[in-house]
Amino acid sequence: MVAPSLKLQDLIEEIRGAKTQAQEREVIQKECAHIRASFRDGDPVHRHRQLAKLLYVHMLGYPAHFGQMECLKLIASSRFTDKRVGYLGAMLLLDERHDAHLLITNSIKNDLSQGIQPVQGLALCTLSTMGSAEMCRDLAPEVEKLLLQPSPYVRKKAILTAVHMIRKVPELSSVFLPPCVHLLHERHHGILLGTITLIMELCERSPAALRHFRKVVPQLVHILRTLVTTGYSTEHSISGVSDPFLQVGGHSSKTMTNISPLSSTQVATNTDTSRNAGNAVLFETVLTIMDIHSAAGLRVLAVNILGRFLLNSDRNIRYVALTSLLRLVQSDHSAVQRHRPTVVDCLQETDASLSRRALELSLALVNSSNVRAMMQELQAFLESCPPDLRADCASGILLAAERFAPTKRWHIDTILHVLTTAGTHVRDDAVANLTQLIGGAQELHAYSVHRLYNALAEDISQQPLVQVAAWCIGEYGDLLLEGNCEEIEPLQVDEEEVLALLEKVLQSHMSLPATRGYALTALMKLSTRLQGDNNRIRQVVSIYRSCLDVELQQRAVEYDTLFRKYDHMRAAILEKMPLVERDGPQADEEAKESKEAAQLSEAAPAPTEPQASQLLDLLDLLDGASGDAQHPPPLDPSPGGALVYLLDLPCAPLPPAPIPDLKVFEREGVQLNLSFIRPPENPALLLITITATNSSEGDVTNFICQAAVPKSLQLQLQAPSGNTVPARGGLPITQLFRILNPNKAPLRLKLRLTYNHFHQSVQEIFEVNNLPVESWQ
Amino acid sequence: MQFMLLFSRQGKLRLQKWYVPLSDKEKKKITRELVQTVLARKPKMCSFLEWRDLKIVYKRYASLYFCCAIEDQDNELITLEIIHRYVELLDKYFGSVCELDIIFNFEKAYFILDEFLLGGEVQETSKKNVLKAIEQADLLQEKTETMYHSKIFIGFKKAY
Repeated sequence: MVAPSLKLQDLIEEIRGAKTQAQEREVIQKECAHIRASFRDGDPVHRHRQLAKLLYVHMLGYPAHFGQMECLKLIASSRFTDKRVGYLGAMLLLDERHDAHLLITNSIKNDLSQGIQPVQGLALCTLSTMGSAEMCRDLAPEVEKLLLQPSPYVRKKAILTAVHMIRKVPELSSVFLPPCVHLLHERHHGILLGTITLIMELCERSPAALRHFRKVVPQLVHILRTLVTTGYSTEHSISGVSDPFLQVGGHSSKTMTNISPLSSTQVATNTDTSRNAGNAVLFETVLTIMDIHSAAGLRVLAVNILGRFLLNSDRNIRYVALTSLLRLVQSDHSAVQRHRPTVVDCLQETDASLSRRALELSLALVNSSNVRAMMQELQAFLESCPPDLRADCASGILLAAERFAPTKRWHIDTILHVLTTAGTHVRDDAVANLTQLIGGAQELHAYSVHRLYNALAEDISQQPLVQVAAWCIGEYGDLLLEGNCEEIEPLQVDEEEVLALLEKVLQSHMSLPATRGYALTALMKLSTRLQGDNNRIRQVVSIYRSCLDVELQQRAVEYDTLFRKYDHMRAAILEKMPLVERDGPQADEEAKESKEAAQLSEAAPAPTEPQASQLLDLLDLLDGASGDAQHPPPLDPSPGGALVYLLDLPCAPLPPAPIPDLKVFEREGVQLNLSFIRPPENPALLLITITATNSSEGDVTNFICQAAVPKSLQLQLQAPSGNTVPARGGLPITQLFRILNPNKAPLRLKLRLTYNHFHQSVQEIFEVNNLPVESWQ
Repeated sequence: MQFMLLFSRQGKLRLQKWYVPLSDKEKKKITRELVQTVLARKPKMCSFLEWRDLKIVYKRYASLYFCCAIEDQDNELITLEIIHRYVELLDKYFGSVCELDIIFNFEKAYFILDEFLLGGEVQETSKKNVLKAIEQADLLQEKTETMYHSKIFIGFKKAY
């Protein structure tokens, strides 16, 4: 005894009566079991009801795939009730991905040709909603026949089905092109609308169709004119605007044919804009004008219409106006400028999407004449705008400032203001840009450093600001302490205060590692700029030698070594940087490699890098230490190569060399040994360490070793560990040679030694024989 | 138009009409995300928003949100009119429509939509014609039911 199946309404009631999700699931599962059983039994009478219930359940999100076959059976049935539900099910449950969908093609074909209009309607509807490419190809002839049927009900559906078919299978355009012209002469609005859509589709797909339809344009204009000028028919109009849908269709179709619509002006003047319908038509006119190559007068008309929209109280209208003005601002800049005050007012909108649009448009409207006023507005907006717009606003302001800054000082002020207001939202390269800008504006160094110092003193939480300020204080600390600056009130800044501030930045938990890096480097630079002694700075630097952050640790160690071992070079290395040219990324890459000593970091982009000329000076320093006349002159593969190794502690133990050491020189107890290393990761590289030992009774002083290699190889010498070898096995001198041998040419090495021994100056020049083959193969 | 969704203030789907082929999983995902986005909008905000690469036009009528996704070149303002026209049609058919009508008669809601839009485009701009078509279909359904139940088979006549 099978329980009578629930009616749809009852099921819905039951589901809605469920108090919890679990209960609902239970009810649905029970019902689905019934439905499945009923499908299995093949009960034809209630099948439609079962499917309807299944469709409801499907909408709630439950699986319903077992109903797919039932859709087919229902469509094939002759009952209209069955067909209605069956087709609905097909549209909801079947789609192109399931092979099952092809099975309804036959049913659709039958239904299309059997002449009962509601049935034909159902079939056409389903075909146009989920018809796949294969189905469209199969059924195109049927649809074509229906285009010529007398009944408008079926025809309008057939036309729109044709639109869908063309979207799926563009080749069918040829089938549907001929009837179009004829259809335009119909009076039924549904048919006209459909035809216009069809023509648009055809024109989109093929320029040949476009040409074909140009002759139809007068007809379209006529239709539009009739709609606008004659009275309206009540059934088609919306609040006084005759058939806005058709008008819109008419306009958009004219964009296809690219002919200037003179009727646009007519529409613009005649349309009642107090309701949305009228505005919709007006908007379509604007879109038409924008899309085709209209005369200037028409474009100004479009802009003015949009300007009026901006004042409309309906925010939807304002939204479309802002969006469209954004599109127009490139081509009709001056026309849009006239509405600038209104646009700026729109910045105050509470609706985020509107204010975003207004922001974009305002940024686009900035030009050299209004930049000061606009910037003021935009900066005021930046202070109060919602957080998700901040980043865009900040970068927009910075970009506009860059393009239109009237003076450098104004530019610096603007950037400063942006950094203080919205520092965290600024893009990464803003820091680099600002430092470059300040670096370039020599006359403003004092001004910048003062302002940045003040800003930093107030607030150390905005990272980009802190980074720039730290850099600036480091570079121009001397100007800061001088206290002279015409442009702002002179400030008496104490050395200790400056150092204290930088230390504060270093220690603050708000500072990013990159910021700390900046601060540390700034402290170092100040060691040469300030008059006082450097104990405080040295203390800070040595504290950070054991910092957990590897980057900071490396810097601190290197700076510390700079203090201890290379104090004589400190001033030169920490000199003020010359301005670097900001070319493309390639230059930046190279420049990055030749950084200031000991900054091999991938962290925040280095503000500026020393130029090649200054590098050569430093190389000379090196040469001075280790001698001259090396042939060939040491070529660096990267300009900063030598610098990079300046601070490499030469006594860092090299891994044991598999290549045997070589004794190359011996004279009165002074011995020179070579040891070789071929690092596995770089097969062209050979590292030679020369070790000079002294087993004699007299000290060796002023020891200098120079080397030469064949032209096909490259040689770099590093600074020796010293130039004195004490007597009786005192600490030897070591020096590192780097030889690059990419062509694996045979290695030859000539050495020149000069030193003082036993109060005599000794000079030896010799070629090293017996170089092991492994050193260059 | 790419799709139209109707959902309640609690996010329950009441009608979904898709004019583009998408898998079930994709449809569910889109529905879920879009419902969340629209429900999060404050009442005073404008009816248009950009979501993924589509333009979304939505309007709230009592407890139901009507939400359409249109393509870039479509006119947003006219879409608002389309939504409104659909609501008017439902109203005329059910007589002062409310959400419960759409829940309990969801197939009818679909049928009405299918007489107004076809393949994502407006097929009939006259309210009268749309409602007449539905009437005719309903009439035909009734006739076939009575015929079926009385087990008499008569040739079908043209209904229009």
